[in-house]
Amino acid sequence: MGLFSNFLKKFLKALFAKKGQIKLGIYGPPNGGKTTLANKITMDWLGEEMGSVSPIAHETREVQIKEQITVKSKGKELTFNLVDTPGIATKIDFEEFIKAGLEEKEAKTRAKEATKGVIDAIKWLDDMDAVVVVLDSTKDPYSQVNITIIGNLEARKIPVLIVANKVDLKKSDVKKVQAAFPQYDVIGISAKMGTNVDAFYESLFKLTNR
Amino acid sequence: MSSHKDLIKIFKKEAEEKKMLTLQFVPYSEVSDLNSERKVQKLLKIVKEEKIVLLEGKLHSNEKSDLIRKTMEEIDDKFKGIEIEELQTESKDKAIFEKLKTIFINFILGSRKGLTIIGPATIIKEIKKDPDKIQLFTEEIKRKKKK
Repeated sequence: MGLFSNFLKKFLKALFAKKGQIKLGIYGPPNGGKTTLANKITMDWLGEEMGSVSPIAHETREVQIKEQITVKSKGKELTFNLVDTPGIATKIDFEEFIKAGLEEKEAKTRAKEATKGVIDAIKWLDDMDAVVVVLDSTKDPYSQVNITIIGNLEARKIPVLIVANKVDLKKSDVKKVQAAFPQYDVIGISAKMGTNVDAFYESLFKLTNR
Repeated sequence: MSSHKDLIKIFKKEAEEKKMLTLQFVPYSEVSDLNSERKVQKLLKIVKEEKIVLLEGKLHSNEKSDLIRKTMEEIDDKFKGIEIEELQTESKDKAIFEKLKTIFINFILGSRKGLTIIGPATIIKEIKKDPDKIQLFTEEIKRKKKK
């Protein structure tokens, strides 16, 4: 039964991929700018935002999907379903949310929802056809969260593009991100300011083999 | 004469009374036969006892994601999660034959090279790689630094 359902899953995945129903996931640690990038993509190609962003970590606590996004670049077209996932973390402390200005009850609810979000994001890994891993280029790229996400994608043979986000900030170090993951394509962008996003869109064609 | 178990009990009691930092070494042989779920359960149980695990070898990426998933399920007002770091103990400039031998042994026996450190987030605030040594910043040290 397990073998049959696996076969069926792979068959359906291949069938939908042919029709342009690629699931493109956005993964990464909290506050790397995943939803800011998702919003940039959906604003550019659908004219609407995907989700809210906040300086307080774990703003996205549920998997969000926007279907049928068509990106055009140099005469080519790429259609995909965009899946924005909650940030993956090894710890969630409600007291950090209180320090950031939330009431205790609100902070505890946020923490509870955030833990469920992390579990969901991990569960969704199996469903992705390609993944953009969004890292904050001002932070140390060698974190176990980053290594675990990329290691899991590699084990599942899911194509990966690493986005070194926040290049508009002084502390940004794209080369450090490239040095940490030399076997992957790394592109430096600022999702917030729109810096280098055209090159990012072009990279999506290579990522999805289109 | 005190038995080995009595001595462990005494040390445990002392550690609890003095709020000492407890490190528990987990040899590769103790987890190598366990499946991912049981391995993760074992490691997390130690961490939840407010101990720092020094695991011989490295976890596979699926074991690490299982560990994160299980950690999230366990988080409550007291348990805030974990910090995890890996330390490479292999020399980077090994001869090709040695590298192939290591790959083959790891493939057959699993990866026992390296060291994995897992601790409760409430105790370890930050683990920094240097990259050949790991510095553990505990809450106590941070408090002293502030003073």
